[in-house]
Amino acid sequence: MVEIRIHGRGGQGNVLAAYLLATAAFFEEKFSQAFPSFGAERRGAPITAFVRIDATPILRRSQVTSPRYLILADDGLLRVSETLSGLSPEGAILVNSSHAPEDLRKRLEEEGISLGTGLRIATIPATRLAMEALGRPIPNAPLLSAFLSLTGILSTESLGRAFAGRFSGDLLTKNLALVSSGASLVSENLWKEPTHA
Amino acid sequence: MSSQPSVDTTALRKLQPRFSGIESGHGACQGCGQALAARLVLEAAGPDVIVANATGCLEIFTTPWPQSAWNVPWIHSLFENVAAVAAGIEVALRAQGRTTRVLAFAGDGGTFDIGFQALSGMLERNHDVLFVCFDNEAYMNTGIQRSGSTPHGAWTNTSPAGRVRQGKRHFKKDLLTIISAHGIPYAATASVAYPSDLRAKVRRALDVSGPSFLLLHSPCPLGWGHDSAQTISVDRLAVETGLFPILEMERGKVVSSMKIRNPRPVREYALPQFRFRHLLMDTPEAREELEHLQALADANIERYDLLSEAPGPRDSGGADTVRRGGSRWG
Amino acid sequence: MRDVLEGSQAIARAVALCRPQVVAAYPITPQTHIVEALARLIADGLLEAELVSVESEFSAASVVLGAASAGSRSYTASASQGILLMSEVLYNISGLRVPVVLTCANRAVSSPVSIWNDHQDSMSVRDSGWIQLYCADNQEAVDTTIQAFRISERTELPVMVCVDGFTLTHTLEPIDLPEAGQVDAFLPPFRFSRSLSSARPLTQGTLVSPEFFTEMRSLQHGAFDLAEQEILAADRDFGALVGRDSGGLLRVEGDREATVGILAMGSVYGTLKDAHRSGLLGRPVRLLCLRAFRPFPSRAIREASEGLSDLIVLDRSLSPGSGGIVAHEIRSALYGSGRAPRIVNFVVGLGGRNVPGEIFQEMLEALEKDPPAFSIFDLDPEKLPLSKDPVLPTS
Repeated sequence: MVEIRIHGRGGQGNVLAAYLLATAAFFEEKFSQAFPSFGAERRGAPITAFVRIDATPILRRSQVTSPRYLILADDGLLRVSETLSGLSPEGAILVNSSHAPEDLRKRLEEEGISLGTGLRIATIPATRLAMEALGRPIPNAPLLSAFLSLTGILSTESLGRAFAGRFSGDLLTKNLALVSSGASLVSENLWKEPTHA
Repeated sequence: MSSQPSVDTTALRKLQPRFSGIESGHGACQGCGQALAARLVLEAAGPDVIVANATGCLEIFTTPWPQSAWNVPWIHSLFENVAAVAAGIEVALRAQGRTTRVLAFAGDGGTFDIGFQALSGMLERNHDVLFVCFDNEAYMNTGIQRSGSTPHGAWTNTSPAGRVRQGKRHFKKDLLTIISAHGIPYAATASVAYPSDLRAKVRRALDVSGPSFLLLHSPCPLGWGHDSAQTISVDRLAVETGLFPILEMERGKVVSSMKIRNPRPVREYALPQFRFRHLLMDTPEAREELEHLQALADANIERYDLLSEAPGPRDSGGADTVRRGGSRWG
Repeated sequence: MRDVLEGSQAIARAVALCRPQVVAAYPITPQTHIVEALARLIADGLLEAELVSVESEFSAASVVLGAASAGSRSYTASASQGILLMSEVLYNISGLRVPVVLTCANRAVSSPVSIWNDHQDSMSVRDSGWIQLYCADNQEAVDTTIQAFRISERTELPVMVCVDGFTLTHTLEPIDLPEAGQVDAFLPPFRFSRSLSSARPLTQGTLVSPEFFTEMRSLQHGAFDLAEQEILAADRDFGALVGRDSGGLLRVEGDREATVGILAMGSVYGTLKDAHRSGLLGRPVRLLCLRAFRPFPSRAIREASEGLSDLIVLDRSLSPGSGGIVAHEIRSALYGSGRAPRIVNFVVGLGGRNVPGEIFQEMLEALEKDPPAFSIFDLDPEKLPLSKDPVLPTS
């Protein structure tokens, strides 16, 4: 079972992001589960959402406390200690950021925040891409697509299908374009887990 | 254009202390009309108040335990009973000979709908309470569902626009008339787009003894679907279309109304808001509904004689100076 | 038809498949998505029902009472404060023997104010005369909702389908939605025996003197025996149509020969079962998932507890001054049967506190250390206020 935690701010579509991943998994005949760690409706508040993907039915209903992957829709949240809590030391984080990973690490070091050297970090400027394509700072499409491309958990085609289930017309076309561009910004399967015999 | 004031009002404003009943740093959304309105109310009311607050956005975003944004004594009980809780506080203060004023804060849900019974009872028993309704025209804290205050035709999650429905079927409850029918000494509407008028009405309400009621139109950018930077301009349009008349009533009679010098068609109000977007579509149903909304606005204008060239009694001519709050403070 | 849906959406579709004529509701977190989904179906002409958006939960329950009394299949949903506000009407509906289905999106009860999941709301009305069924996952929520209409209409007792707020209502997962044909085969149109009608003008809801009250109340209580049968029959008959069951009155799983058992209700059972399957428990454990709380299935509890030396009973609510509610009723059911297990009651997950899989092993270890009969297992002493003085603003 793969457990993923998404961190972001209210209004960015992070709950939708979790739902989209779970939906994409469904299209690949996998079992999945997605839910938010919830608060009252409010834009800008820190939001956490959880995703589980497995080949067999998922029974666990607790919050994801030991994620293998983190997706951060807001790089400022790296300053919040809870964000990284429970992340496996060999885990990986995809951050929505205009800074390169090394740059991000350095900036955080300067603030006294040290990310483990074993921690794999990738960044893509998802907000900038979204602003250019959609005119709104909703980073989901490129961020999720980059994530799937890095991890190889699901195909970006399935992600596209998940978008098609919720959007139509111009908005769908633009999001699908972002799915393409997001994936192209990262190394495919860089984080892919070796499958054991 | 009115003449320039001879006093430097900016300097004057800096000299006069504002009472801040709600601290900044609370969790309201960007552009929240309710947060602005609540701040203005407390500025005018001053520190010697007790606030009873119904369930809703204001209560939620100001009090995430262990933090509180309130600088006045404050209690939240339930959704439907704030008028009764406030009445209880008022009775106790009277029994103890204390002159602190009692304010009841509620959203439109807690006033028009679930809180109505307790409100009516409080008014009927003549409690010395100022009941303030922050009207954002839907249940916003639970995720945008329609209330008795939601305007006709507005989209909400429980009055969505679809193939067979065009938003809320029913009309916005004429609450001010219902409140006034209780014969209370003072009831008024106000808008966050006219903060001087709003503050003046708070002071007026606190000057009467007996129950008073304020209905404050407070846009919700998230629920109305407009840019969070447009809260004030959107609400000005609510007033300028006639959809939200600015009135004062005493013992059931209208004693003043803010005239609309710059009347706008309802279409202009609908345009920046997602909740009315479906009324702007090029279909017979949409056109018909938009006409209905315009007719409602026109009916208000006629009923309250809102069109006029003359300035109203509280027109500040653009100068927005701060006054000390209430006749009982300082 | 298999789809991937948020629990609330799935429940709304299940309700729509049952063809209610009247839905009345008042918004309260975390039930809102259910009612909004029904509103959308109606707005798009996909469900022919009247949605009455009422001014409070008290009216929501009153509207469905009126509608069902007049012969229309009716539905409402609420949670927490809403359940309490409508509680007077809930007792009334049951006493009047009117069939209604209500989804309770389980949420804690104020004060302190909480929008998060626990069972205090439905437990608070356990004496209202409603059938109460708890769902462990969203598939059960869908299937139980559909079964609920039939159970209610056959027993003339209202049914409360309890679904953990957020944990289930806001979780997206694969669901098998039954076909309309399957539901129609299972659930015939509503024909209320005492419908308000001038063709047969019956008087409902009268004052009853001490001379007759006891017998009427006993009939209501007696109907819960029929309810037990109907709950089992509905699960069996619906199960035959869709190829899966919903847990009947009580599920027994895990290691049946184990001498230690853990009983849970609702979504936490999934985490428990997952912990067991992952070997986290460290020893054989019998798992009990209680689905029916009203009627309280005493006989099934006794049978399921055979051979146990210890039974951990999890409560997700609390009767202040008394302890865990489920545990009290379990103890009561087992009292007098000579080989009843030691019951250890752990309250856990109040106000939406996360219940991680690791906690169950801790509970099993605590069993060996002479635990008190009742405790709040996940209490964090460091969070208890240090002094009784309130916190004042510093300025």
